[in-house]
Amino acid sequence: MTSARDYDDIPGTYVFDGRRSQQGYHLNMFCMSLNDEANRERFRADEATYLDGFDLTPQQRTAVFERDWLGLLQLGGNIYYTFKLAIFDGLSMQDVGGAMSGISGGEFAQMMIDGGRSIEDNRRVEESTGTRSSAGQTS
Amino acid sequence: MTAVVGGIGTSHVPAVGAAIDNDKQHESYWRPYFDKIQPAREWMAAEQPDVCIIVYNDHASAFSLRLIPTFALGVAAEFQPADEGYGPRQVPAAQGHPELAWHLAESLIGDEFDITIVNEMDVDHGLTVPLSVMYGEPEEWPCRIIPICVNVIQYPPPSGKRCLSLGRAIRRALDSYEGSDAEGLRVAVFGTGGMSHQLQGERAGLVNPAFDIAFMDELIAEPDVSCLRPHAEYIREAGSEGIELVMWFVMRGVLDDEVEEVFRMNHVPTSNTSNGLLILQNAQ
Repeated sequence: MTSARDYDDIPGTYVFDGRRSQQGYHLNMFCMSLNDEANRERFRADEATYLDGFDLTPQQRTAVFERDWLGLLQLGGNIYYTFKLAIFDGLSMQDVGGAMSGISGGEFAQMMIDGGRSIEDNRRVEESTGTRSSAGQTS
Repeated sequence: MTAVVGGIGTSHVPAVGAAIDNDKQHESYWRPYFDKIQPAREWMAAEQPDVCIIVYNDHASAFSLRLIPTFALGVAAEFQPADEGYGPRQVPAAQGHPELAWHLAESLIGDEFDITIVNEMDVDHGLTVPLSVMYGEPEEWPCRIIPICVNVIQYPPPSGKRCLSLGRAIRRALDSYEGSDAEGLRVAVFGTGGMSHQLQGERAGLVNPAFDIAFMDELIAEPDVSCLRPHAEYIREAGSEGIELVMWFVMRGVLDDEVEEVFRMNHVPTSNTSNGLLILQNAQ
């Protein structure tokens, strides 16, 4: 579980490997359930009761309630699954991208129009200035 | 005998589908992209493939973490658009080709490619957006569609080399097809996903257009070398979701070793993605 991977030094990147998949299985399956309109209605009516149907950790529950998009990844969420919750909230991938990287959705969209986040200085943690933290280690 | 009319590499960005569905193609953000792809649509209209084999990935729509097939082949007569959380896209259902799809299953497994066979599967933007890119908004898709779904969500995805080998096995299957409509059947193959993009984490928004152009060049010229690129290099250089590009190697493997580039387009950005579209044909 703790062996180093050749992608662990990539900054700001949460590779959804077996370590994260084990950690986030129930969280991601909750998100998956929001593909169903009836489930979306149940979640809309009472988020806490709906979440009782899934075996989440207290930290994962809090991250869902707070829409902590980066925290959800750190707790084992996969972006395609956590984005189901963002869709539920009416957010775009640019809103979520901004929230995860510390800027507004509008600023994020403008960054993309201006050519996106550069690969320069973003390949390895030791050279990274534009992204805040290493995501390589899981709990 | 079947004829492979071409291979199409394309991004499958959901925002492109939404732009088409919500009639935004002429808005200033979208118009440059849609102007650029027009020659590809004209090529598609001229070639009129009878069958499109579309290699794509599901995004927590038909499959979830409950069951994660690395390669899955759709053999159904019809595939409905999936509800990805917004309600299904209002696009035609994909009409399958069970006879050819079952031949592919038998041939691939006989060829030691132990593919998962799927009878019921909704198809998400990974499959429907490439159809919209190439065909626009017809009442019905003007071709039969065989979905081949590749896991690139749960790490590790298959290697580029394995994807290239799958493409070559599909080609052997197409060459040996003797079904009721085999004579002159025109087949196109799509490899979808990419190009460079990262949706997640503090590095979200990363794109690398220089990588994307080199990827296209190497896919054309030296697929047996470029297919060896390690996963970590995709993630580092092309972003965590850029690893979808391994699926383009399935398309490349269906084609001959020698190919001609018919069309190429790169456009940054569509939403969070460096968008690419490449059409290849077997060299004459």
